[in-house]
Amino acid sequence: MMEAIIESKDLCLFYGKSQALKNINMDIKPNSITAIIGPSGCGKSTFLKCLDRMNDLVPGVTVTGNISYKGKNIFDKDVDVVELRKNIGMVFQKPNPFPMSIYDNVAYGPRIHGIKDKKKLDSIVETSLRRSALWEELKDRLHDSAMSLSGGQQQRLCIARCLAVEPEVILMDEPCSALDPIATSKIEDLMQKLKDKYTIIIVTHNMQQAARVSERTAFFLMGELIEYGDTKNIFETPKDKRTEDYITGRFG
Amino acid sequence: MPATRRYTINTIGISFLWLCGILTVIVLLLIAGYILFNGLGAINWDFLTQPPKDNEKAGGIYPTIVATLYITIIALVVATPLSVGGAVYMAEYAKDNYIAKLVRFGADSLAGIPSIMFGLFGYLLFVYTLGLKFSLISGSLAVAFMVLPIILRVSEEAIKVVPETYKHGSLALGSTKWQTIWKVVLPTALPGIVTGVILGMGRIVGETAVFLLTTGGVAKVPTSLLDPVRPMTVHAYLLASENLSLKNAFGTGATLLLIVLAITLTSNYITRRYMAKMGGKL
Repeated sequence: MMEAIIESKDLCLFYGKSQALKNINMDIKPNSITAIIGPSGCGKSTFLKCLDRMNDLVPGVTVTGNISYKGKNIFDKDVDVVELRKNIGMVFQKPNPFPMSIYDNVAYGPRIHGIKDKKKLDSIVETSLRRSALWEELKDRLHDSAMSLSGGQQQRLCIARCLAVEPEVILMDEPCSALDPIATSKIEDLMQKLKDKYTIIIVTHNMQQAARVSERTAFFLMGELIEYGDTKNIFETPKDKRTEDYITGRFG
Repeated sequence: MPATRRYTINTIGISFLWLCGILTVIVLLLIAGYILFNGLGAINWDFLTQPPKDNEKAGGIYPTIVATLYITIIALVVATPLSVGGAVYMAEYAKDNYIAKLVRFGADSLAGIPSIMFGLFGYLLFVYTLGLKFSLISGSLAVAFMVLPIILRVSEEAIKVVPETYKHGSLALGSTKWQTIWKVVLPTALPGIVTGVILGMGRIVGETAVFLLTTGGVAKVPTSLLDPVRPMTVHAYLLASENLSLKNAFGTGATLLLIVLAITLTSNYITRRYMAKMGGKL
């Protein structure tokens, strides 16, 4: 059994006084896809955003417990959030390319981290677009605006943008919820290719998607982690009644 | 029949709105047309490149064009960084805290103050207290203060509408807040900021009262910041009010109109090109 790359211990999160996450204990294995499922408002996105500390941006959030990334608590005072987010990338629910060219979108991350050399940037852009299966489609129009792409292409561009800073972990927050089925299947194929090199954690509303793509699945309900284990077991022989109810569509 | 009645009211209402629109355009065209009709005749190469002569009853307006351009440039160079910086602070850092509310209230109040008050202020502070005399720099600083709240508020709105998703996208890649503001927020807000600067520029170019109390009014090309100058608006005012040359007053007005038109069209063109490149919808 491989050692966990991310471990959450007794993680609680409060928005003001209301508690959104209750004692989450969960470990994530490297080079695999972990899915987080659960009904709206169950805390799955909130949990995901803890992992790269994007919740820091929400006013009034307090966190107790800890999350360690490669053995180091990410809430420690001496942790550099910028460095953390470089290592743990994020793909958002709605494709959010910047209003600039395709090239500049992918080069954005490397540039802010100090890479100026044109040749090096060119090669990063090409590698990232190849890894996100966009190179063949877009290589002749790198200087077109990213806003001219379709929703599915935009989302894959966002994945390429994320890959360009060479993260180890990629967080995906319902990355396909704004996409059509064809674009969705392309993203899912892509995830399978990426998992050799990256650790992927995906929050999804779509249970079939979780079942299709992930090795491990976590079921969240009302801020609690109800059940977590191999995807096959969660979907075929759930231990908890609530997991079973959710998976069989009795609520949610 | 109630149905026909509704349609009649609809027709009358729409006709009325059309009428309002057309009347507005007609009034605008009348004013511009009147100035151009009376002024274009005065404009020729010498008019644009020679100083006034015969005690300003004849000759050109070259020094006043230079004065207006210098004042506009200096005032914008002073006001733009300050107001855009203030706008970033208010939109990204202060949000709705006490300082931001105070600045917003102050800016909105200042934007509504008659410009002669800025003239008095400039006269007291720059001309008198700071000893900058009636000069190019006094007038420029006074109008810079005048347009500060305009550029500030327009820029703040432009920055506020930059989607949160862009900022989050940038931060999630490991950029600092400063990098996010500099590389994503400001470029996205740029067309809006440019609009604010152009609004401010229009106010400066068209300003008269402030200059009456701050620039001294000598129609000579300045050689230093402390030289007195006479912008085009003041020139037109003096020519007309002292009955020196109504023809040249209209000529000055027409030149001013054409300059403003040229700047507006150019900046619109550049903004459109920029937005097309960014891919934002026009």
